[in-house]
Amino acid sequence: MLEIKGLKVKLEEEDKQILKGVDLTVGPGKVHAIMGPNGSGKSTLSYVLAGRQGYEITEGSVTFDGENILDFEPEERAAKGLFLAFQYPVEIPGVGNMTFLRTALNSQRKARGEPELSAPEFLKLVRAKAKQLDIDNDMLKRPVNVGFSGGEKKRNEILQMALLEPRLCIMDETDSGLDVDAMRLVATGVNALRDAGRSFMVITHYQRLLDHIEPDVVHIMSDGRIVETGGPELALRVEREGYAGLKKSA
Amino acid sequence: MTGVRMVTDAKRKGAEELLHVLDLPLGEAGWARDVRATARARLLEAGAPVRRDEYWKYTDPARLTAPLALAEVSSEALAGDAASGFDELDARRIRFVNGRYRPDLSDEIVQGGLSGASLGEVLGQDLSFAREVFGRLEAAGQEKVARPLAALNTACATQGLVLQAAGDVAQPLHLSYDQIGDGASMIHHVIRVEAKASLVLFESGVPSNSVLEIDIGDGGSFHHIRVQTDKRAPSANHIFARLGAEARFKSFTLTTDGTLTRNETVMELVGDNGSGHVAGAVLGRGDSHIDNTIFVTHTGEHCESRQVFKNVLTEKAKGVFQGKIFVRPDAQKTDGYQISQSLVLDEGAEFAVKPELEIYADDVQCSHGSTTGALDETALFYLRSRGVPQRAAETMLVAAFVDEAIDEISDDRLAAQMRAHVAEWMAVRS
Repeated sequence: MLEIKGLKVKLEEEDKQILKGVDLTVGPGKVHAIMGPNGSGKSTLSYVLAGRQGYEITEGSVTFDGENILDFEPEERAAKGLFLAFQYPVEIPGVGNMTFLRTALNSQRKARGEPELSAPEFLKLVRAKAKQLDIDNDMLKRPVNVGFSGGEKKRNEILQMALLEPRLCIMDETDSGLDVDAMRLVATGVNALRDAGRSFMVITHYQRLLDHIEPDVVHIMSDGRIVETGGPELALRVEREGYAGLKKSA
Repeated sequence: MTGVRMVTDAKRKGAEELLHVLDLPLGEAGWARDVRATARARLLEAGAPVRRDEYWKYTDPARLTAPLALAEVSSEALAGDAASGFDELDARRIRFVNGRYRPDLSDEIVQGGLSGASLGEVLGQDLSFAREVFGRLEAAGQEKVARPLAALNTACATQGLVLQAAGDVAQPLHLSYDQIGDGASMIHHVIRVEAKASLVLFESGVPSNSVLEIDIGDGGSFHHIRVQTDKRAPSANHIFARLGAEARFKSFTLTTDGTLTRNETVMELVGDNGSGHVAGAVLGRGDSHIDNTIFVTHTGEHCESRQVFKNVLTEKAKGVFQGKIFVRPDAQKTDGYQISQSLVLDEGAEFAVKPELEIYADDVQCSHGSTTGALDETALFYLRSRGVPQRAAETMLVAAFVDEAIDEISDDRLAAQMRAHVAEWMAVRS
């Protein structure tokens, strides 16, 4: 489904290489965890996949269902089924959450040549999905993420994921800033979305999120490369030995 | 000193030229002739504005001080109503065509609580409340800063309305200014809202030079919404407002594009416990130049004033905001607030801002703020990453940005009309 080959990326503004040759293949229905210390390039990888400006791809390719997605705008990638759950969901004063969600969904449907949802159809859909995530009407009415707690912001990300039904979900440190209960709620939301056609790339520092969202494959990223790949047991080893210990043994 | 003398001579000569081309109004009552003469003197003393004047630092007045050739009377049929958005709001429409009041094309002004007549009619009469307002508020508004284009207007304008609201006026008045062909227009309105009375006034279209004097009695309320759209010639507009005790004044102006627009709003809170809000949204593209210059004077105690201005500037448009809060020594417990924010979407666009506080009372609360910047890249990326196309995402963010000024409008239907204007403007951009 997703194939990253020899991806090298530097910051546009400064001559700083962040990704130094990333190779990664994610198959349909799989959950891949990407772990690694701060500054290893995990977030950069997620931003580059989603199409954020400010990065220069110096080498390599990224294909999604056989298409080179690096040629596409962020909104085109979204319509093709790629979704990035932000580490820090952005507050947008003045834009109602409901308006935002509906515009996003209908923009994607339009781009795919599907009929747009009417206001009542959308309302019904969003209420049902929100209920599963314990998101109340007030959160839907407020401006996007404005005044939301850390947990509410992350749940709002999962709500978007549930509504937009992407085929590849990249989750950038979704566990950061969450207490145990909030993390469980988020994980339940994610697990409910797992199916044979939908893949996940879960980026995290800590193993604890992986207790709730069980990965098929675990990658360790360090200094702009994937340095080790294994099963769920790799995450447990990181938890035990730390990244420093891991590097020594690798 | 010679240099200063020369500038003054040039300014005086400019003022004489401005007056020279305009006919002196005839057949007016003695008091009106006196007001005209005083205004002429005021203009000659101040001189025509020039770029070197501090108050015109960011806006070159040259195009506003070119002598005005008034437009001809037009007998042409008018095209359909301008898309002001006010028509849906059950307002009485009063039309000015080429700067002339056209009762034949207008709804009846007089309704429960409201009387009115044309300016020309009133200035021919000996007795009218207008004696206490016409040229008086304008003159008072020049105490701290010269406003020569307003003095010119008082000296020469023959067109406008004199309105008196004595109760709650049910239907808003919509003054629309249509222009057929070239030529300038000069309009002067005199309005009094008596104690505890209320009036809602809309304006659409833009005269070349307009003055609105509005006197609000104790407990009175005046709500003003103005839409300045369409391609148009240079325009200088002044509002002079005087608020009695517990009076309410709210004015919102939407300005899009055009060549050069200078809107000066001069408001004095004379009585205690008054409240005056001046807000505006500016949407500029091309090489349009839009200037909002506000001067709020606090004289009474416990008054509140707000200035909220949002500018969206693209291409080579220039926005200017000059906002002043002046607090007199006895105006204790003043609450003054001012914010001007600007989105500069293209490299060639610019925004100049000059906030000023001058405070002589010691127990007051005044604040001002200003920001200028591009669209928030992170927010834009967030929206796009959810599938919202770039232009649509920009439109959402621009609309949200402008909304803070539109929120100053207390009527939901009116606010919705202003939002529709913003969406329409953004659609043209896309």
